[in-house]
Amino acid sequence: MAFFKKSPWIFHYDGSSCNGCDIEVLACLMPMYDVERFGVINTGNPKHADILLITGVINQQNRGVVRTIYEQMGDPKVVVAVGTCATSGHFFTECYNTLGGVDTTIPVDVYLPGCAVRPEAIIDSVIEALGILEEKHKLSRRAGHV
Amino acid sequence: MNPIFMIIGYILLAPIGGGLLMGLDRIITARMQSRVGPPVLQPFFDVFKLLGKQNLTVNRFHSYYLFFFLIFMMVSGAMFFAGDDLLMVIFALIVADVFLVLSAYSTNSPFSSIGAERELLQMLSSEPMMLLTAVGFYMVTGSFNVSAIASSGRRLIFYLPGIFIGLTFVLTIKFQKSPFDLAVSHHAHQELVKGISTEFAGPSLALIEIEHWYETILLLGMIWLFFAFNPALATAGALLVYFLEVFIDNANSRVKWELMLKSAWLVTLLFGLGNLLVLYFVLHIG
Repeated sequence: MAFFKKSPWIFHYDGSSCNGCDIEVLACLMPMYDVERFGVINTGNPKHADILLITGVINQQNRGVVRTIYEQMGDPKVVVAVGTCATSGHFFTECYNTLGGVDTTIPVDVYLPGCAVRPEAIIDSVIEALGILEEKHKLSRRAGHV
Repeated sequence: MNPIFMIIGYILLAPIGGGLLMGLDRIITARMQSRVGPPVLQPFFDVFKLLGKQNLTVNRFHSYYLFFFLIFMMVSGAMFFAGDDLLMVIFALIVADVFLVLSAYSTNSPFSSIGAERELLQMLSSEPMMLLTAVGFYMVTGSFNVSAIASSGRRLIFYLPGIFIGLTFVLTIKFQKSPFDLAVSHHAHQELVKGISTEFAGPSLALIEIEHWYETILLLGMIWLFFAFNPALATAGALLVYFLEVFIDNANSRVKWELMLKSAWLVTLLFGLGNLLVLYFVLHIG
């Protein structure tokens, strides 16, 4: 059944961004956009989440954290890299301490460039992610994992 | 009505009613925050989704504990709606809660353990009032049996207004509403992550959610008893109390556990015990 589309729970992690994208992610939850209309809940717990939203670049310090969060999430799960920093590293790419985008550490399903991204774009990326989530659920059921 | 039908009715219909109440709760909460809110069936979507997720169990015990948590909750509610002893209903409810606490402790996670400790504190705060409610019903109707209380025809709300206020107060704890949602909250409090439910994922979390629906219906059933002389009024009263809890939930932030324990016991003493004392004098001496 297609219940993943109706109840996507999100875990939001801020790598090391300027906070611009984080504020836009939170703006989605506010009355103006109110993503709870679509059943989206911002959980504080990776074990409850279906979608991992990551903003900001990956560096040596948060690499382990991001990997742990990803591994703690139950299948099926999708990762959305929010903002140009998260998709490619943006202007931090050349820095000595950064590794680049999120895909240097964990597999990313949806890339959402923008600096900072618009809330409408974030909602669009989540909807895009839901399609992938549904597909992953079907695949894992066929393989007999769930 | 035949108790068997009531038990089957409770087990089949309580999750539906409880889930719809949760959905209404989320819409009303959203409207209070000038948002639109999710559809009314959202709690069901959530649970069905959780049932399709991977079951991340930390050890081999915690699923069993959770299973017994749900079973005892269903037994407790079934006994209530079959018209059985109210004290036994409350004790079965406590046993169910203890299984949840055991399950949370068994995971060894610090967040989960703190959540479990807070759940115990919540029980400590709310159970005295629950027991006094049963005693109050007994003093007026002369029976602990739910069927006898419901069919006594007495206007319990006029005999036990203090008990009613006290029970409404501790229902905030039982429904996991702010300001007393210490162990776990339905809102996105990041403090202590998700408390007692931190380590439960997928189907386990769905089980907790379904249990909460059963519990909501059972507790609203206790409110119902106060107005049992008029079923329409009783249903309206129970729904009104639930709306009041939602309102309190939105108007308050979390408190520390000391304040919860002190205020709950103060209310229990003042309104609960006070009501019983006055009732004793009125019934036996006055």
